Order: sequence, then C-alpha cells, then structure tokens
Amino acid sequence: MSFENVRFTKEHEWVRFEQGSDIVTMGITDFASGELGDVVYIEFPRVGQEVKAAEPMGTIEAVKTVADLFAPVSGVVEEANTALNDEPSMVGESPFEKGWFVKIKLSNRSELDKLMKKSEYDKLVGKD
Amino acid sequence: MPYLYHTDDDRKEMLDAIGVRSEDELFERIPGKYRIEKPLPIGEGKSEYETLQYFEALAGRNRPAGGMISFLGGGIYDHIVPSVVRHLSGRSEFYTAYTPYQPEVSQGTLQVIFEYQTAISRLTGLPVANASMYDGATALAESALMAAKIAKRGTLLCAETINPRYRDVLETYATGQDLDFKPIPHTERGDIDADALRKLLTGNVAAVVLQTPNYFGVIECPWEYRRMIRDAGALLVVVIDPISLSLLKSPGDYDADIAVGEGQSLGNEMNYGGPLLGFMACKNEYVRNLPGRLVSETTDVDGKRAYVLTLQTREQHIRREKATSNICTNQGLVALRAAIYLSVLGEAGFHELGRICHDKALRLARMISGCKGYGVRFGGPFFREFVVRCPAAADTVVEKASAEGVLAGIPLERYFGSGFRDDLLVAVTEKRTDGDFEKLCSILKAV
Amino acid sequence: MPKTIFERSRRGRRGYRFAGEPAPSPAGIPSAYLRETRPKLPEVSEPEVVRHFIALSILNHHVDKDLYPLGSCTMKYNPKVNEDVASMRGFAALHPEQTDDDAQGALEVIHTLEKKLCAITGMSAFSLSPAAGAHGELLGMLIARKYFADRNGGRRKVLVPDSAHGTNPASAHLVGFENHPIPSGKNGEVDFDVLNRSLDGDTAVLMLTVPNTLGIFESRIGEIVELAHRRGALCYLDGANLNALLGRARPGDMGFDIMHVNLHKTFSTPHGGGGPGAGPVGVAEVLTPFLPGPRVRRDGDRFFFDRENPSSVGAIHSFYGNFGIYLRALVYITRHGAEGLRKVSGAANLNANYLANALADVYPIPHGTRCMHEFVASGEPFKKHGVRTLDIAKRLLDFGFHAPTVYFPLIVPEALMIEPTETESKETLDRFVAIMKQIAREAEEEPELLTTAPHNTPVRRLDEVTANRHPVLTATDQG
Repeated sequence: MSFENVRFTKEHEWVRFEQGSDIVTMGITDFASGELGDVVYIEFPRVGQEVKAAEPMGTIEAVKTVADLFAPVSGVVEEANTALNDEPSMVGESPFEKGWFVKIKLSNRSELDKLMKKSEYDKLVGKD
Repeated sequence: MPYLYHTDDDRKEMLDAIGVRSEDELFERIPGKYRIEKPLPIGEGKSEYETLQYFEALAGRNRPAGGMISFLGGGIYDHIVPSVVRHLSGRSEFYTAYTPYQPEVSQGTLQVIFEYQTAISRLTGLPVANASMYDGATALAESALMAAKIAKRGTLLCAETINPRYRDVLETYATGQDLDFKPIPHTERGDIDADALRKLLTGNVAAVVLQTPNYFGVIECPWEYRRMIRDAGALLVVVIDPISLSLLKSPGDYDADIAVGEGQSLGNEMNYGGPLLGFMACKNEYVRNLPGRLVSETTDVDGKRAYVLTLQTREQHIRREKATSNICTNQGLVALRAAIYLSVLGEAGFHELGRICHDKALRLARMISGCKGYGVRFGGPFFREFVVRCPAAADTVVEKASAEGVLAGIPLERYFGSGFRDDLLVAVTEKRTDGDFEKLCSILKAV
Repeated sequence: MPKTIFERSRRGRRGYRFAGEPAPSPAGIPSAYLRETRPKLPEVSEPEVVRHFIALSILNHHVDKDLYPLGSCTMKYNPKVNEDVASMRGFAALHPEQTDDDAQGALEVIHTLEKKLCAITGMSAFSLSPAAGAHGELLGMLIARKYFADRNGGRRKVLVPDSAHGTNPASAHLVGFENHPIPSGKNGEVDFDVLNRSLDGDTAVLMLTVPNTLGIFESRIGEIVELAHRRGALCYLDGANLNALLGRARPGDMGFDIMHVNLHKTFSTPHGGGGPGAGPVGVAEVLTPFLPGPRVRRDGDRFFFDRENPSSVGAIHSFYGNFGIYLRALVYITRHGAEGLRKVSGAANLNANYLANALADVYPIPHGTRCMHEFVASGEPFKKHGVRTLDIAKRLLDFGFHAPTVYFPLIVPEALMIEPTETESKETLDRFVAIMKQIAREAEEEPELLTTAPHNTPVRRLDEVTANRHPVLTATDQG
C-alpha cells in the first residue's frame, strides 16, 4: 500500500489524509502494536470530543500494560472504530487499514506538515 | 530464635562466602545516628507455651457473644460456621499461598475465587462479581466512587437507613473527590420515602444508594421506584445482606446496577469486627470500572481449562494512579470460607437457613409484642432483624440483660440520636432457641 | 483438570443440615418481595465438598511447601501458634458491638500491639484500622490532606520515586493529590538534586520506601527528610520493606511523619491467597489527633474505647480493622521479643546478600551485591538468546520454586526482584542458586525449554489474551 498521504508521529501513530477533505484517519503503527503485544481493549474518545495534538485522548490495553493513545493532530472526533473491541487482533493484523482507530476533523491542517513522512519514521524505528 | 534455621556454622559459612565478618556489618550502610545497638523496648521473647498461656489469659478476659444468648446484629451476625469451613480454610495450601500472580502454580486459589465469584453472582443476580473488598463499608464506598465515575455526576442520594458505620466510611472515602451526599428519609414503616426520593432525583444525581434489608431490618422494595431512578439517568446501588438473598428478590431481579454487602455471615467468625468480607457485583457493561481482582476462565497451551487473573490493567500495579482503586491485598481467605460455606449449605441448605432465621425472628417479634410496653417499631416486613420500642431507655434494657448473660441488642441511640433512645435493634439467627426467647422476654418484662 | 463445584452437583444432594423440623415458608413478607427462583448454589454432600477443595488445594504453591523469593512480599513462615491464638473462642466469637467490659482482652490486644509497633518503628501512635497496606496508604494520605487543610490551604503534590509500588500513586490519587514521580539516581537512590528542585511549597507528601525496592538504604535519608520538613512537606514511609530494619533502625528516628506496616509481610500473618492482611498506620505526635477513632485508652487495669475523636479523618473500616489478623502479629512479636526481631532482620539481610553474591556472576545486579533484605537482578543478558525474564520465571516453577517478582521495579530492565526472607535454610538458598544457574545455561543451550516453560506444573502457560478480550467470570450452569 502507498504511504504517500500518510504521516507519522514519534508516539508511533499514523495519520492518513485526503486532498479536499479535512477528515483524517489515524491508528497505531505496526511497530507500536509489536511493542505492545496483543491488544485486548481500546478506550476510545467520544464522538464530538475535542482533541489536541500530542495529548492523550484514550488508552490501549494489552494484557499487562496500558498505553496512552495520543491524538496526532488537533480537531474534533468524527468517528471511532469501536468495533475494534470485538476484534482487537485487527490492530496487529491490519494496523494501517482495518485496524484504524479514530477519524478526526482537522482544526489546523498545517499540523500535518510537522509530522514525519514514512522514510523518516522508518529511520526512527530502525527499519531502514 | 523461633523460626530461624541458621546455626553458628551455617552463619559462618555464609558470612565467609560474602566476605563479611558478622551480620551486624550488613547494616553499616545505615547512618550511625539511626543505627540501633540496644534492644527495642518490647520485652523478651516468650516460648510458644508461655505465649499460649499469655493469650489464653487475654482471651479469658473477654465474654464473647458467640458463647452467650446474643441478639446482636448491625451487619455482623452470629451464624453457625460448619466445621468443614474451618478445616478446609485451615489447610496450608490455601492460607500460606500468595496472590495468584503466577497462575500455573496457583490454580487452587484461582478456581476458588472463580467459584466464589460465581456464587456471589448467583446470589445477587448480577453477572459480574469481584474477588472481594475489605468489608461491606469499603465495598459501598468504592461502589459510590465507581457510580460517580460512570455517571460522570457528583451527587449521591443515600438512604438514611443505610448502616451508619458504612455511611461514615463512605463519607471518608469521598474526601477529595468532589462528591456531595443527600439523605433520603424513611417512612414510619421503616422503609424509604419514595415521594421524598422523587423530589431529590435531579439531573446531577449519579446514583441512589440504599440498603435492603436496611439497618432497621426492614426490607425495601426498589422495584417500585427503579424506573424513576433510571429516567433520571442515575444508577441504583444496593447494599444487601447475603443471607437475606436466600428468600428475597435479588438486585438482578430489580435491575440494580451495582450490589455490595458484607459477607461475614457466610461462614466467617465475628472476630471482633475483622477480617470481614466485602463483596461487589455489577452489570457487564461496568466491568472495566470495577475495583478489585477478577478471575477468568481460560485455557492453557495444551487446551486444558484453567483460571487466571484478568483485566489487571484496571489495577494499581499496572495503571498506578489511574487505577480504578488502590486495592491490592483483599480478603482472599475469607472469600474461600464463603465459597466453602455456600457449597456445603448448598441450594437447599441456604434456602432453609433463610426460612429458619425468618421464622425465628417472626416468633420472637410476636413474643416481644406480647410483653407489656414493648412493640415492634416499624410496620414494614423485616428479615432476621427488627427494632423493638421499649418502655424505658434501650440502654437500661441492655444493661439488665447483660447482667443475666443475655446480649439483648444494639441500642439505636448509639447511631441515630436521642429520638431513638428507647429503640433496640434485635437480630435473630438460627442459633437462637425458644428457650432463649423466653429468657429475653422474662428480662424485658422485669425492666 | 478439576470440575467446578457446580459441575460436581447432583440434584437433591445436600451437605449441611440444620436442627429441627423444616421451617415454614416465610410468613409476613408479601410475595412481591420474595425471589421466585432459588439462587443456583451447588448440590453436593459434605465429603464431596472436602474432596473438591482438597483437590484444589494441592494445585497451589504455598510457603509451607517451598520458597517464594518474591521481592517486597516477605513470604516468611506463618507460625502455627498464631493460628491457635486467632481461633481462641474468646477472640473469634467476640461481636464488635459488645461493650468495653465484655472485650477487655481484645482491647488490651489492641492497646498492647499499638504500643509495641510504636516501640519497633519509633512512631508516636498507631491505628490498626487499615485492612491492608494500600488501605494504610489511603489513611496516610487522608491524614496528610487534613493536616494541610487545617493549616489554611491544601497542598496538591505528592512526590513518589519511580521505583515505588503502584499502590503509592494510586492511593495519593484517590485522595485528590497529584502524583509527581522522582527519578532514581545511578546508585539506585532518590536523585537528591531532582528532589531538591521538585520539593516546593505545593508538595504535601514525599512517599518513600526504605530500604527501597532495590534493597538499598537511602544513605541521604536524614538530609532528604530534613529538606522535606524545611519546605513544609510530610514524609511518608511505605513500610513494605520493614523486615530489613527490625531492631536495627526506626523510621520514626529518621523523621518520618506517617508510615504503614504490612503485617502480612513483616509480621508473619498469612497471605491467604490474597488477604486478609493488615496495614496499620503510625504517625508522629503532631498527627495523632487525625487518626480514626475510637482509640483504646488505659485507666489502670481497665481498657476502654475513647469515642471522642473530633479531629479524626473519619472511619475507613466498619469496625476496628482486621482484628483477627493483627492479633496474629502480636503473637509473633510476643514470641520474638527484642532480640528475636533483631535476629530476624540479621538473617533476612544475610540470606539476601548470600544469594546476591552467589548469583551476580550469572545474573547482573545493576546496583551491586551489597543489599539489605532484597536485591534486583536483571535477565537482560539472556535476551540475545530470545529468553526474557518472564521465561526464567516460568522455568523456575518447574523446579518447585515460586518465581521472584518480575518486571518490578520499572527502573531495572527485565527485573528479577529477589527476597528470600530469614526463614530459609542455607540448603534451600544453595538449591535456588543451582537452579538459577542451570536456567542460565538452558537459556544459552536450549532456549526453547524456557520460552515454552513451565512444563511440570498442573497447567502450563495460559491464554491471557483471550481472558482479557473475552473474560468468562462465572461458571456456566450446572447440568
């Protein structure tokens, strides 16, 4: 799959954006889910909730750990993939597609420019 | 020294191995000004036999209710504890075991907790029960905090007829939590004033908290105002007596959200008020807000059925300050006793116990009503406990009875003030006989 | 694997029966109040109940069986005389609402234990109300909160080292405080400079464990406490590691204002598979009015409850705490006396140092082999073989030992926190060392043996993922 319109945060989230839309989709990377282990439960933000870039908006639980789910960009939560809690294995199996977490309506598109492109992120996690 | 292994030779070998001359040297890192060289002022150790004698003397200075004709209740009851409970819970394999964090070598403890959770769930009619809290009071306190978090509101309506000692603990736990409490008054029948409740149910109420049977022994009927509570967007939290659930409608029957209570009656001694057994049960949707440990069934790598602590991410050792509670050690062995108790009484025995207690309580209430000047204060139906209005101060009655080796009950002035000066809370368990009742009545008549 | 008690049930089977004729159906209660179906409890005979629970019991590891080298848990021997005293009718059959006259022996137990704990710890007064260590921490935080509230204006911060037990921040949070973790320095002790910068006029409490969870005594403890006091903060001691200090040093002398003791650790009361425990709280003189009431007082030969406690933070337990548990602790203290307790800490420290010394060449101990009653080793070197501390822990189970505490404290990677306690023989310790070394060799030569361990236990590694995703918390209906 193409990562041209995907950006990454240093907290290991990814954000996919489209031209002409201010709604982005986010999730966690394969690296993140590898570190966490089997995800058992996700606490999502509420639809309509305001979120701020780099601040926690929910949690991701593995058996023995809890990690904060950070908002990669600021905006308002448009949709939450709560069905993931019926099949949390999706997060590990399809982190960039079926395992998406939240759709956010951007409040500041320029925030996307501050995030890493795939090549930069791969360097961060030592995948180059 | 009592339980140590090391002989002088052992010690020398070990000290040599680590290159140290004496045990005392191991403490040199403690700054000199704090290091103690003299013996602590706690006296010399006693031999095992001397120790037993010392404590036998102390025990002998108590006059325990369990050996008397006792009508004391108020949350702690003198029920029969079958011998098997003591013997099985006295097995080293249970009581010297650690918390089951390594499930592969803790299946005994884990399965017991699972069976206990199941039993509590069946008694309360609610699908999820935890592995125990310290006592009924702290279970109530934690359930109130839980309800407030779920509802995201700050007001709790609490029946005035909840065990006053539980209310005190609830108030303490609310410190620093931005919660406020409003009392729900009771009627002349002794149960909740539903009209008053309706007026109190505003949009900021997180939960309605009531006890049934309440502190006066009177049975509440939450189904009558259940809808009103739900419509107000509030939760229903009930404090229940486990023995009463042998006969009475369960919290699940009237769709309560959370049920808590004191499990001491389930095979545990009175122990001067501790250790006790707080139980907590709730609906499925609240499981992630529940404090305390939870055991789940699962399988091992060979496909064998097994049990394991689950949803640990709610707990302090993982979630730390964001945990649902700070509870770690709970009341494991007491929950084991409850599980054994409920197993050996079984479905039929538990039902029979409820009938016996109720029948005896009714008989005593009738006999007391036949004593001139005495009557049952509240008209509502009661279970195992009721309030007697006396022709004199209840304190006086209790004193006179005590002189004759009878513990007549709890004078309600102790908790409810001077308006209850002549009121006595009387509890009746299966241990009491007609002879006991006659004795009590003759004492009452002589006051 | 064993059936559940529900699966063993057969319709009509009965265990315990009550005396007399069957009681009539409940009169005087309207039918609307009565449940329509009985709760589905087991239907088994008494011998079956016994067989069932015995079968379960033998699946457990327990202290009476073998070693539990669990750091900060102090899994010492549970003396049997404690159990005999706790079951004396004079204590066990006492109702908490009885008068003081009826409970003179019990009141004396409370009074005496409080005094002894003061003497052992150097604190001015104790409350025996808390039912566990975390419950004690909660009480400690409530006391701190009231102390500051009474002095115009609350302080909001609680400082907790990053090596602390999870109950510390959880307890602080429950009372409305904000947690601020303080990093440990390279030597494993609290970083004094960071502490100096963080301890300000908004700090209510500094919570410490001494020795800390690495088994290291805070060498600058005097300076630390003095610093906190100068800035108006209180010092709280998590007494989980008190076993290292019995008869050797007292937290009260170090200047701690509040502390809790874990009776189920230091004072031998049994762990019970997860409680009941007891976590009495000791305080400095200035804080005594805040303790929960009622307090036991003595007037000559007579003991009584003083129910006037106007400054108390309030009740945290329905009655007087876990009486049956702290009674056992008093038995333990009575048996040992001053010299006995000193020998306890001596042997506890000796055993830990002996183990550390024997293991260090195979399992690195980042903070050195000179410790107090426990130490933290690391399983890091084995990662290159694909073996983690978890696997080492599971393999230990195959040899009849319980694993040490793992992955705590968080500041040592692949942590193995080991506390043998004083009630272990040299042979047991040597056996433990031999097994640990064998496991280290297995990690190199046969790592798969470890990653698939345990092999010899009643059940093997469990599917915790499914248990968390789809928990099954009750048994299905009996047949």
